[in-house]
Amino acid sequence: MRIKQVSVFVENQPGRLVAILEPLEKRGISIRALSISESAEFGIVRMILDNAEEGLKALRQAGFTTRMDWILSAEIPDVSGGLLNSVARPLAEAGINLEYFYAYIEQAAGDKAMVVLKTDDLEKAEQVLKSL
Amino acid sequence: MIRDPEHEKMPRKELEKLQLERLQAKAREVYERVPFYRRAFKEREVTPEDIRTLADLTRLPFTTKLDFRDNYPYGLMAVPLEQIVRIHSSSGTTGKPIIVPYTHGDIDTWTEVMARTLATAGVTKDDVLQNAYGYGLFTGGLGFHYGAERIGASIVPTGGGNTKRQILLLQDLGTTVITCTPSYALIINETALEMGVDLRDTKLRLGVLGAEPWSEQMREDIEERTGISAINIYGLTEIIGPGVSVECPHKCGLHIAEDHFLVEIIDPQTGEQLPYGEEGELVITTLTKEAQPVIRFRTRDITSLNPEPCECGRTGVRMSRITGRSDDMLIVRGVNVFPSQIESVLLDVEGVEPHYLIVVDRQHVFKTDELEIWVEVSEDIFSDEMQKMEDLEKRLRSEMDSVLGISARIKLVEPKTIARTEGKAKRVVDRSEL
Repeated sequence: MRIKQVSVFVENQPGRLVAILEPLEKRGISIRALSISESAEFGIVRMILDNAEEGLKALRQAGFTTRMDWILSAEIPDVSGGLLNSVARPLAEAGINLEYFYAYIEQAAGDKAMVVLKTDDLEKAEQVLKSL
Repeated sequence: MIRDPEHEKMPRKELEKLQLERLQAKAREVYERVPFYRRAFKEREVTPEDIRTLADLTRLPFTTKLDFRDNYPYGLMAVPLEQIVRIHSSSGTTGKPIIVPYTHGDIDTWTEVMARTLATAGVTKDDVLQNAYGYGLFTGGLGFHYGAERIGASIVPTGGGNTKRQILLLQDLGTTVITCTPSYALIINETALEMGVDLRDTKLRLGVLGAEPWSEQMREDIEERTGISAINIYGLTEIIGPGVSVECPHKCGLHIAEDHFLVEIIDPQTGEQLPYGEEGELVITTLTKEAQPVIRFRTRDITSLNPEPCECGRTGVRMSRITGRSDDMLIVRGVNVFPSQIESVLLDVEGVEPHYLIVVDRQHVFKTDELEIWVEVSEDIFSDEMQKMEDLEKRLRSEMDSVLGISARIKLVEPKTIARTEGKAKRVVDRSEL
């Protein structure tokens, strides 16, 4: 299903992650998933928050460059081949490219893992995963 | 060696008389033939006839880089295009190049001035001179070439680059004089060491170095490492190219070819002429240029003038080593760089705001000058995909390269990292200030 992701541009220096997490904590916002994509000098911190709009506002006010994107979340059965069969193969067969991917911190209901992913075709990927 | 003792040792009174005659003739010429100057003279309510003494020079209008830009390409020319035999060019503030045309007469003047310059530095016809200044639009390459040829030295016209081959030729051909920028001299030395060559064991004895500011410290460095005597030379494209002034072996100031260039020092804020000995902006009037004479050109270079005759016997006034600029221009690896050029590239990329900082890492011994440009990432250009951010960086870097003519690193930074100031932004910092 579609889900909102907040991304933040941050320099690759000690303390920058703290600077991002503090304003969120002050507003009582929880982080469901987080990933950092880094280069030598800067990073992109991607987050799924329990309140994306509030989180975005808090970070903007704290002076960060941020953005909101729609990406997809998917449930994966916690068995061998779970990721392969529920996400990876279906997307590949539909010719959809995976841009990035990371996992939820909390577990989904039952014996499932929750992941979030960005593809090069949101609509199509959403359909593919729904139709499984 | 004094190539032209008549002019180089001319008594001051005689020299000033010559300068006045030439100034009067030049003022008449530009007044009649260059609409820009006629307008500028009229604005100041002055005519060529009003110039009766050298002091009247201050009545004449200044010429600036902006005037070159506004009259690009041929608006400042005093002769028809068919009389032009060469056109040189260098970077301008807004990305529009400075255009400098030459007649046959100008090429001859330049050649003679460069021959005099090289002779002053100690070059003779027995020298093997390797010219590593850039050949092409840049005045360095051909300027030195023609001057050396007139003296009769054996020129190896390597131009810049291909350093390993330069060192091979330097050894095998018995190069005695190298002409290049001071920073390239150090690169040649470093590369030589990597090749197991000690320049002190070669026939190399002299370097005529310029096209960028360099300190006394750097001179000592170069001399110690390479075993050469490093002579400072000064010039600028708008005036003629290299050849405006050069040190004699006493190395106590650069002798100006005053029979060709009338110089003054002014206060850069007020435009007021300053007396000898005081530091200020160098202003030059060309007394013998035909194609594009300039009146009171503001060089933006800060220096002072010393009228005392030199031990070498030359009577021309000496200028001190350039200590700085009165504008934003940087010289990085011998290339003029203007913050406004950088700004124009950033503004060209959609969404990039002109909040940038130019960080200069000045040459340390084996490292060349480096430029790093900090660009704030605004929401307009921020992507959640790393590839897109890296593409942005790459694109900025390649556009910068093509506009500046040298490569600069791009560093993407968080918003507000770059200080906002009231009034003029400090666009350029040295790495040591961070």
